[in-house]
Amino acid sequence: MVAESFSFTIDGIVVQARPGQSVLQACDEAGIYIPRLCHHPDLAPSGACRVCTCRINGRNSAACVTPAAPGMVIENDTPLLTADRRAVIEMLFVEGNHPCPYCVASGDCELQALGYRLGMVAPVQPYQWPGRPIDATHPDIALDHDRCILCARCIEASRMQDGKSVFGFAGRGIAMRLNVDAAGGLGDTQMAAIDKAASVCPVACIVIKRGSYRIPNGERRFDKAPIGSDIEARRARPTP
Amino acid sequence: MSATLVKHAKPTLATCALTGCFGCHMSLLDIDERILELVDLVDLDVSPFDDKKAFDRPVDVGFIEGGCSNEYNVRELREFRKHCRILVSVGACAINGGVPAMRNTISLRDCLDAVYLHGVSLQGDGVIPNDEDLPLLLDRVYPSHEVVKIDYFLPGCPPSGDALWEGLKALLIGNKPDLPYLLCKYE
Repeated sequence: MVAESFSFTIDGIVVQARPGQSVLQACDEAGIYIPRLCHHPDLAPSGACRVCTCRINGRNSAACVTPAAPGMVIENDTPLLTADRRAVIEMLFVEGNHPCPYCVASGDCELQALGYRLGMVAPVQPYQWPGRPIDATHPDIALDHDRCILCARCIEASRMQDGKSVFGFAGRGIAMRLNVDAAGGLGDTQMAAIDKAASVCPVACIVIKRGSYRIPNGERRFDKAPIGSDIEARRARPTP
Repeated sequence: MSATLVKHAKPTLATCALTGCFGCHMSLLDIDERILELVDLVDLDVSPFDDKKAFDRPVDVGFIEGGCSNEYNVRELREFRKHCRILVSVGACAINGGVPAMRNTISLRDCLDAVYLHGVSLQGDGVIPNDEDLPLLLDRVYPSHEVVKIDYFLPGCPPSGDALWEGLKALLIGNKPDLPYLLCKYE
């Protein structure tokens, strides 16, 4: 109902929102891009990556899990927040193994795209070279733990949409890793390539086999325009 | 006039190829007819292009291709740092080790064993090369900035000729090489 809608401001721009929307959802609708990594429009937000952190009413909060409220004053596109977000992306780059030149997801990878968008020219934090094993037990899906950024998308998708609960987290802190709920690896689970969990990975951790180069390098999602351009295109041009 | 005060007619550029594939150097040649402009813009100093081996004067810009996989790479990189006013990591190998860094998740001993003792193409018993003329391998492949201070990065595998051209031009007029979206690629 129109009567229920309210407004808040983000970087001085007035945005209309409805009750029940998160800050991120309302801004997406209004065509204002808040950088995000773990958030997926078809899945419940988990607030795992903190990339969408904005300064909301003077406090840092993740926009994907903060309900929009009337009169909120939000900072999003500021040098300080961009630097914080870039630092998060950089740490993810060095914590796993993310070799863009020979990665199947290059050009289609949300981690890489955020690096570009946020101005990361090269990660300069010390590389960790974790060397996690590849799970190639499934005939149609490859699971490369080296690429995992612990976004929890596959966990949520497998549990809530596929009804299979194939994935979960094991360990804590720096030792936290994606766990497959079968001793024999992914091939021992009920997971199928048509599952939602197989198509929501933002990087190349979960890859459906035999289709990776259908779209050639140079013509992929983020090759020509930065991530978030689609959202920003929704914003009506301001009237002069 | 002392030697240090001698002004070069043109800015100087040095390049080196550490552990990489020479693709970044090939990409620098890929600027087509602008290579004539390049000759007008800079004097090449130490570089595989002119085969000059050692520094004998300070150099304005140094381009580093490749990471450090052995002690010789480290020595050459330190020489570059010592003589280049601005040092730039060029390409994926200099920036994160690139393809050679695939060995970083495996121990050096296991790597050498796999190649020289258990390789599928070996005839008879293999032997791990240990000549004193061979540079010693490091425990892993290091990005340049983990060995010396690096001033700027030009990413890509390789960076396109356009990216190198734009980056070099910016450096020569004293600017930071801020590449536009279509030229700044990690791949």
